[in-house]
Amino acid sequence: MKKLVISVVLVNFLAACASHPPAETSAPAAENAAPVAATAPAASAAVAVDPLNDPASILAGRSVYYPFDVSTVQEADKPLVQAHGKYLAEHADRKVRLEGNCDERGSNEYNLALGQRRADGVKKMLELSGAKAAQLESVSYGEEKPRASAHEEAAWSQNRRTDLNYSK
Amino acid sequence: MRFLRHGLAAVLLAYSSLAAAVLEIEIVGAGENQIPIALVPFGGDEKLAAEINGIVAADLQRSGLFRLVDPAGKSPHEPGEVNYADWQVRGADALSIGQAGVLADGRIEVQFRLLDAVKQIDLGGHAVSAAKGQVRAVGHRIADLIYEKLTGDRGVFSTRIVYVNRLDSRYKLIVADSDGYNEQVLLSLNEPIMSPAWSPDGSHLAYVSFENGHAAVYVQSLYTRQRKLIANFEGSNSAPAWSPDGALMAVVLTRDGSSQIYLVRPDGSNLRRMTFSGAIDTEPHFSPDGQHLLFASDRGGSVQIYRMAVSGGPAERMTFGGGNNYSPRYRHDGKVFVFTHRENGRFYIATQDFQTGQMELLTAGGWEKKPSYAPNGKLILYASEGRGRGILATVSSDGRVKQNMFTQSGDAREPVWGPLP
Repeated sequence: MKKLVISVVLVNFLAACASHPPAETSAPAAENAAPVAATAPAASAAVAVDPLNDPASILAGRSVYYPFDVSTVQEADKPLVQAHGKYLAEHADRKVRLEGNCDERGSNEYNLALGQRRADGVKKMLELSGAKAAQLESVSYGEEKPRASAHEEAAWSQNRRTDLNYSK
Repeated sequence: MRFLRHGLAAVLLAYSSLAAAVLEIEIVGAGENQIPIALVPFGGDEKLAAEINGIVAADLQRSGLFRLVDPAGKSPHEPGEVNYADWQVRGADALSIGQAGVLADGRIEVQFRLLDAVKQIDLGGHAVSAAKGQVRAVGHRIADLIYEKLTGDRGVFSTRIVYVNRLDSRYKLIVADSDGYNEQVLLSLNEPIMSPAWSPDGSHLAYVSFENGHAAVYVQSLYTRQRKLIANFEGSNSAPAWSPDGALMAVVLTRDGSSQIYLVRPDGSNLRRMTFSGAIDTEPHFSPDGQHLLFASDRGGSVQIYRMAVSGGPAERMTFGGGNNYSPRYRHDGKVFVFTHRENGRFYIATQDFQTGQMELLTAGGWEKKPSYAPNGKLILYASEGRGRGILATVSSDGRVKQNMFTQSGDAREPVWGPLP
């Protein structure tokens, strides 16, 4: 298991130049997020923290990032998407909205389409990891709701992303 | 890329519109042959005459095709009062004179006459009237008549534009006069609005709204304000465009797996898929004869402009060379199209002639996007940047005259020029 952690971290570093923004990278996977046991006496099963709410879990990562004009999920983000897919497979009541975004370097309509392609790509990968179609919705905001608005790569790289937005 | 040869200093005109929004228009450049014209303030109601004169002067100046000559103390109102020598000495080729008054019921009435100072002939008189309070409409109509008489082309001073204003996370869909005045807010949301499109008769706007949580297409009446949600399928619904007869629309839907172009009736019925590329096909625009669509597509690996028949069939690539091309729109005569060209990290407004295939850049390059022609084909409205925010701008079709419009605070985006009234 330890080996896996290291390789995940290394891959993250290598991919940093290509697709990851300077801020907001999720922490490397903490293997075996220990469930918090309830102190109820003789409980048959410990009450576990929903991994979705665990800041140390890989699932705390809710954004997938892309190089310019690319809509396929990058290697570095595959573990994240697969983990979410697995989570959704195990929690059939959970629904998630995939929201694709782009940087400003295109027409507004082309960027809307590219954002949709990004969101659809994450949706497909989630389904391959076990999520059901009914749990998933994919939409696009194109360049209309940027996270950062300067005319530079530091902003653009933050905007080229798909967000996984779980409904409450 | 055209540089401005005549070095005319930027002319800044700052006004307060009726809606109390600050509007500033900055003009740079001049047409190749400017017509020197003297606009003599009309006789009659002095205040009204001064207001009309200001509007006509601003309109003619904004076209870049006229140079205003100061009447400097001469004020004829009738042809018999005109001494042509006075005007030749001032270098005016033409002058306009007339009378303006307000009737008892508030109605505005103007009689004006255009005279050729060189040939010393009367080019004809016109009566223009309007309901109470419609001074700007009167001024624009007069400017249209002068423009048409002296250039031979239709004037567009009485047209309207639509655009989106974004301030923080508030979005407004705004219709205004083509000079930016008389802003009417059609829609105000906390979610994005994009891609407004005028119906050919100017009675309706189609647009994309995110109020349902994703991009969906609405058609709204400008008279009744009533609207209909016409495309709300899974994913994104966007890029509405109207056929020239108003009977058909094109939209882009992702319901079948990727952004593809569909035809639909303006009430949302009769959906028919047009493209089957599996790539991104978007930004359709109908030809003036309704027979073809221009659109942007990355089916060939990079975003370029393609054309296909509305009746269906293969698409023909239109743009070549380096760079990417987006947002195509036909000129009213179908001979040229305008589009956004991106190269080396800069966005330009460009035109291409269908016959020669020759591309021409009209702007200096920056964040210049979303061009649309005025209905006379002589001006192009587009989105640009100025003073750190999104603004509206126009460029003349020969690239010589540029205008920046600084409207209310926030970013102005997604402008589209409306049809002739």
